[in-house]
Amino acid sequence: MVSSTDASSAQRSAAAESLIARDLIEIRDLHYSVGGRSIFSGLNLSIPRGRITALMGPSGTGKTTLLRLITGQIKPTSGQVLFDGIDVSALKTRELYALRRRMGMLFQNGALLTDMSVFENVAFPLREHTDLPESLIRNVVLTKLQAVGLRGAAQLMPAELSGGMNRRVALARTMATDPEVLIYDEPFTGLDPISMGMIVRLVRHMNNALGITSIVVSHDVKELSELSDTSYIIAGGKVAASGELKNLKGHQSDIVNQFVNGLPDGPVPFHYPAADYYQQLLGSEA
Amino acid sequence: MKLLRELTDNAGDFAATVGGVTLFLGRVLAQVPRALLRPSLIVEQIHNAGALSLVIIMTCGLFVGAVLGLQGYDLLLRFGSEDALGTAAALALIRELGPVVTALLFAGRAGTALASELGLMRATDQLTAMEMMAVDPIRRVVAPRFLGGLIAMPLLTLIFIAIGIFGVQVVGVQLFGVDSASFWSQMRSSVSHEDIGEGLLKGCVFGFACSLIAVYEGYTATPTAEGVGRATTRTVVISAVLTLMLDYMLTAIML
Repeated sequence: MVSSTDASSAQRSAAAESLIARDLIEIRDLHYSVGGRSIFSGLNLSIPRGRITALMGPSGTGKTTLLRLITGQIKPTSGQVLFDGIDVSALKTRELYALRRRMGMLFQNGALLTDMSVFENVAFPLREHTDLPESLIRNVVLTKLQAVGLRGAAQLMPAELSGGMNRRVALARTMATDPEVLIYDEPFTGLDPISMGMIVRLVRHMNNALGITSIVVSHDVKELSELSDTSYIIAGGKVAASGELKNLKGHQSDIVNQFVNGLPDGPVPFHYPAADYYQQLLGSEA
Repeated sequence: MKLLRELTDNAGDFAATVGGVTLFLGRVLAQVPRALLRPSLIVEQIHNAGALSLVIIMTCGLFVGAVLGLQGYDLLLRFGSEDALGTAAALALIRELGPVVTALLFAGRAGTALASELGLMRATDQLTAMEMMAVDPIRRVVAPRFLGGLIAMPLLTLIFIAIGIFGVQVVGVQLFGVDSASFWSQMRSSVSHEDIGEGLLKGCVFGFACSLIAVYEGYTATPTAEGVGRATTRTVVISAVLTLMLDYMLTAIML
């Protein structure tokens, strides 16, 4: 005979397992158009908890737009973006801000507040959202800066930082409030190999050490092959391929092949659509 | 037909802009009580909009007063009433020139600084980053700047008027030899509290308008170099036109 304590314990562990099994972010039949141009037409994907998911695709396919939809900065034309079961587009401003406290986003340019020092930038979300005493804020900020290797740069201003340092400070600021999910928008763009290696190591380290969910938007196939647990390649407003990136090299889809193997011509043409070349050369119009 | 279509388009754009500014003002005013809970942010903006404008305000005030002294003395001399220079110049400065010229200078110095700062924050994703950190940029960035401008403008107006009167005195009394006692006594007896109130009220109204235009243009700027430049230009042009229109309306009401 099973005791009531055992039964409730089993129920709790079943609920916990179901929670873990449920994807953190689910996108269902997402449509989004802007200025009459369709960006997404029936996009479906899931971001699993505690893993690093790469969102990839050729330029202009709407990867950053997808991040803006996930974070509720814009609303879809139709379909749903569910964050932990909550429909992001249905939230009021106050609820959306409450949800965003569970997210952290690293911008391509870092987006540090230029009138504040590195220390004050990392302290910013703590000062805005908590009443922690100054001594505790100082300790948290120094801990986060130590994690990204920039404790010694605490008193520098953003203008004094290199591109890689800028992004590491932004990462420390994002981590200051311990979010559940970290969203990286083109984190490797414009970085030298050393800085890129540091960012890759930090993304993996943050994910493993803190058990958070990571979403990385990037074009960098080589770096993401090593970094990501799973990936989605978006093209034509839908998911063109998904799975482990290293398994997609021989994919049957031409556009996935072109993207993953870095081919200069293919379904995404080298030439932007234009009038006939010779007619234009002989004519007078630009 | 084309002209008619352009006119209706322009009227539609104008109505949309007025609606946009009104909604934006509502959002700012809704955040003012929470912004007031952090006075240090407002003091910092009073320093940026006010203290950093002091040199230009004082220099211009001195020269506007000096020119007023020259012109006023020449005019009054024709009627043999040069002793009234203090009264005439003080009333002109307190009721009209002080608030209007200060507002125009404020729009050119502090207004453009506000608009370009907010526009660049938009262009470099700083405002979006705040939103992503669940911090409302209207509360944290816009409302303190709006309040800072609103408080700084009447103070700058008073300083402009005081320095302007000093400029009139330098030219009238020191240069042309107008009797000092009659200069100051006529001014004291003729200038009423209502005159000073009118000048201050205009300063507050112009401060409200110029600060609102600056933060609106900066906050809604297109996030490109061209967009920030356009927002800065629009801030000066709209603030100047609005100041002169409001000046006419206020003067007509208070006369």
